[in-house]
Amino acid sequence: MEIPIKLTVNGEVVERRVEPRLLLVNFLRDVLGLTGTHVGCDTSSCGACTILMDGKAVKSCTLLAVQADGAELVTVEGLAKNGELHPIQEGFWQEHGLQCGFCTPGMIMAAYQLLEENPNPSEEEIRHALEGNYCRCTGYHNIVKSVQYAAKKLNR
Amino acid sequence: MYPAPFEYHRARSVDEAISLLSQYGSDAKLIAGGHSLLPMMKLRLATPAHLIDIRTIDGLQYIEDKGDYIAIGAGTSHAAIEKSDLLKQKMPLLPQAAAVIGDPQVRNMGTIGGSLAHADPAADYPAAVLAAGAQLVAVGEDGERVIPAEEFFVELFQTDLDEREILTEIRVPVISGNTRGAYLKFPHPASRFAIVGCAALVTLENNVCSDVRVAFTGVASTAFRDSGVEDALRGQPLNESTIQKAAEQAAESDELEIMEDNFASEDYRRHLAKVYAKRTLMQIASAF
Repeated sequence: MEIPIKLTVNGEVVERRVEPRLLLVNFLRDVLGLTGTHVGCDTSSCGACTILMDGKAVKSCTLLAVQADGAELVTVEGLAKNGELHPIQEGFWQEHGLQCGFCTPGMIMAAYQLLEENPNPSEEEIRHALEGNYCRCTGYHNIVKSVQYAAKKLNR
Repeated sequence: MYPAPFEYHRARSVDEAISLLSQYGSDAKLIAGGHSLLPMMKLRLATPAHLIDIRTIDGLQYIEDKGDYIAIGAGTSHAAIEKSDLLKQKMPLLPQAAAVIGDPQVRNMGTIGGSLAHADPAADYPAAVLAAGAQLVAVGEDGERVIPAEEFFVELFQTDLDEREILTEIRVPVISGNTRGAYLKFPHPASRFAIVGCAALVTLENNVCSDVRVAFTGVASTAFRDSGVEDALRGQPLNESTIQKAAEQAAESDELEIMEDNFASEDYRRHLAKVYAKRTLMQIASAF
């Protein structure tokens, strides 16, 4: 039996009826067409599916869409404003924080929560905060530099 | 990877959750953060016909000072426990264990009640609540009962909870000024689950260990208190040589069946138990 859900995604109210077993990541990608959020491992390890739910970074492959009823979601598509990249996105551009780019949306969303809670993270704190996100190009060094770039710009 | 189809129910109160559990019995599973259950459902290791959402219940997420103990709502996330100043001050063992569960995203969704009720043999909280001497509150059709942590973990993924009961609160005693605790683990490099985790609480009186509680996770089918280590240290001063002697007793009980898998043999797990008993107790010694 389909269940009605109502939630906010990137500032827009969305109402749909969904099958209970529909995963939140598939709801975002297949129902809403927001394909910036990626499915990597599908086992809550890799973090490619990371989004913000009520301000907290969560792995959308390990949530049911019905669990997000009433929630406020932000996906990577919701970061840029008026055609201007968010400082974290800009950081990944400037510091070559991506190679294949598959992990990037998840990295950006995990970094977003970090910088909300800790605007001046040390390198160690950045690495610790990104523990739930894998980059299989192993480009971690530049990812850390990208987050440092964003922290600097956001604090300016 | 979709779970098998199921019917979804949103409980708005503990009573509603219990009445749904009574109605559907063993066909039903409770879901809170879902970070233990959903992975199992995606692999079809769990195929409940009915899923009862208890994250929608108001009032299961709290950390409150009750004087002698801190009351933690079962729906409280690992992240909230990790960051709780109250717990850091009055039972630091728990935030220390919460901080090393999974990763930040997992800690934002996973709940203490869910983790305890799931009773994964490699989860972090079971050892922590055993060492802390916690009491677990379960509510069912016949009302409320309080289960000591020692009696809660029955077997692999099995607890003392009845299938019609819901875990609502975890009560952790407040430590006194001469008590210190710590939790350390050797995490699996990919899953971050504990291959071996050790939680300990030591009370010093006149420079002698008057109370010692040491619990392990990851070693056997359930978390357990290790009386071998505890007895060896009780009545002794707390220093490297007494700690070394006590740690050598870790995981030596004849009744203990040590787990063995692709990651760690029985011998290696027993060895790690001794290493982590020592490290945990040394950390406690340095905190006095």
